[in-house]
Amino acid sequence: MIAYLTRKPWALNVALVVALALAALLSGLFGQVTLSIGQFTDALFASGNDGMSIIVRELRLPRIILGMMAGATLGYTGAALQGLLRNPLADPGVIGVTASAGFGAVVAIYMGVAAVSAMAVPLFAMAFALMATFVLMMLASRDSSVLTLILAGIGISSLATAGVSLVMNFAASPMSLQDMVLWMLGSLENRTFDDLLLAGPFIVIGWILMIGTGQGLNALSLGADTAQSLGIDVKRLRWRIVLGTALSVGATVSVCGAVGFIGLVVPHFVRAFIGHEPGRLLLPSAIAGALLMTLADILTRLPIGHGQLRLGVVMAVIGAPMFIYIIFKTRESMR
Amino acid sequence: MSNLFAENISVRLGGAQILKEASIDLPAGKLVGLIGPNGAGKSTAVKAILGFVAVQQGRFRLDETDLAELPLQERAKKIAYMAQGAPVHWPLTVERTVELGRTPHMNPWQSISVKDATAVAASMKKADCIHLRDRLVTTLSGGERARVLLARTLAVGAGYILADEPIASLDPAHQLQVMECLKAEAKSGVGVMVVLHDLGYALRYCDKLILLYEGSVLAEGSPAEVLSPENLKRAFGVEVARWDDGATQYLVPHKMTQ
Repeated sequence: MIAYLTRKPWALNVALVVALALAALLSGLFGQVTLSIGQFTDALFASGNDGMSIIVRELRLPRIILGMMAGATLGYTGAALQGLLRNPLADPGVIGVTASAGFGAVVAIYMGVAAVSAMAVPLFAMAFALMATFVLMMLASRDSSVLTLILAGIGISSLATAGVSLVMNFAASPMSLQDMVLWMLGSLENRTFDDLLLAGPFIVIGWILMIGTGQGLNALSLGADTAQSLGIDVKRLRWRIVLGTALSVGATVSVCGAVGFIGLVVPHFVRAFIGHEPGRLLLPSAIAGALLMTLADILTRLPIGHGQLRLGVVMAVIGAPMFIYIIFKTRESMR
Repeated sequence: MSNLFAENISVRLGGAQILKEASIDLPAGKLVGLIGPNGAGKSTAVKAILGFVAVQQGRFRLDETDLAELPLQERAKKIAYMAQGAPVHWPLTVERTVELGRTPHMNPWQSISVKDATAVAASMKKADCIHLRDRLVTTLSGGERARVLLARTLAVGAGYILADEPIASLDPAHQLQVMECLKAEAKSGVGVMVVLHDLGYALRYCDKLILLYEGSVLAEGSPAEVLSPENLKRAFGVEVARWDDGATQYLVPHKMTQ
């Protein structure tokens, strides 16, 4: 079975989609109120307006959709950036948008606007992510080298991290400090269709920009010059991926917080099945990202300790050992 | 006339004048050696023809068309490029690596067609690497890798091939193998230009040589004419020993001139 998946990318995709559908269903059933499948479908499709329908339609559904979109974005952009930078250690955080969105969120909490509207934090985060995207484009468009792009990303990231520390330093109360820290740990809890409406369009625009870049990323395995000689407009490819990543990841982080590891781990997980060809990794990485995010989100609802487990924590706790395992398993062929 | 012709190209990089009104003519069906000392502008000339570096002036013509008018993908079908020390960044299989040579013939959604697969297999046979098809490129020896990358270049099926130092850092047997393969390609009608450092190979294999020196063409013509003692002294600062066993001519640099 594993051997079969290894040869056929589409078979892996089908297996992942089936697993994702099951995970999404589980995610719909479990929570403070646990539903049966019958109750769930009734609540989803019946026109009633009882408590159960509200739980399913207003709380669980947006949470499932948002989680899948976020996971798919992080998985896809992780694979795309690793291909673009030709570096298996790249993740969507390298371009600095993640840290910038975090900066926006803590500013919103610091200024107290978070208390006024639930949408203040994601709006601020989105605005900061877009500003970071703009600065990144300015800095990195001066020349076409990958190094400039990475350095610009590191610069923006450091600046945003410094901003976060500064804001935390001046935080008015331990409560707001706690809000900031918790936001940074990431969560899909209590997300509504408003969050989906805010982030969705940017995520989709980002996806559209990055669709069809697989062929270029494959050619890029042979170096930028050779890719260009094979008819790939390398500069255009780079901007599609960088801008697509900035928009979709910026929007994702704005509503989910900084959930790490998916972008780094998922492409490695997929490589273990279908090899290292960058273009082939994109679609399965998106589906596997959505799957991992959905599963991790289910785990956050387990009654462990006091208080809510945060999504970013679960992801790191699963992601790090998985990463180490995969690296040891594939290190032979990475040489 | 069928040729790839770069006329009067000048290139300035980082404040240095790398090429000064150099003209390079690559006729179809010929193996042309581009020679010259380090820093003479050989790689830059190749990159200028491929459009990787901006030129201050110069015109590029492919057969009867102006290269500037060709879209990137059309150009990619007509001119294949083998980069210097060509890297492969991921552990891809040999077959998949060679298949990347078919990129210009495919849109982003297509997978390999029967025609593409035939071209890929033929190129792997020509470059003697078909038996390696399922190996990972990252596990190959230097010589095997060079053959795979040569097959990748041939798989494009282009009318012109530009190879930047294809035999540098190969053992003698692999050097001969790669040169024989490129020579056969030229015989079949492809215009092949190789950047070479080994003057012996330049003399024995090439139909024509272009000697670059300080960004300009110092000499152009048959290997015997271009590799004259005066040219070699001026461009490379060396004296050479020559001999002829009746069938083949040999040339070995043996002394620096002062």
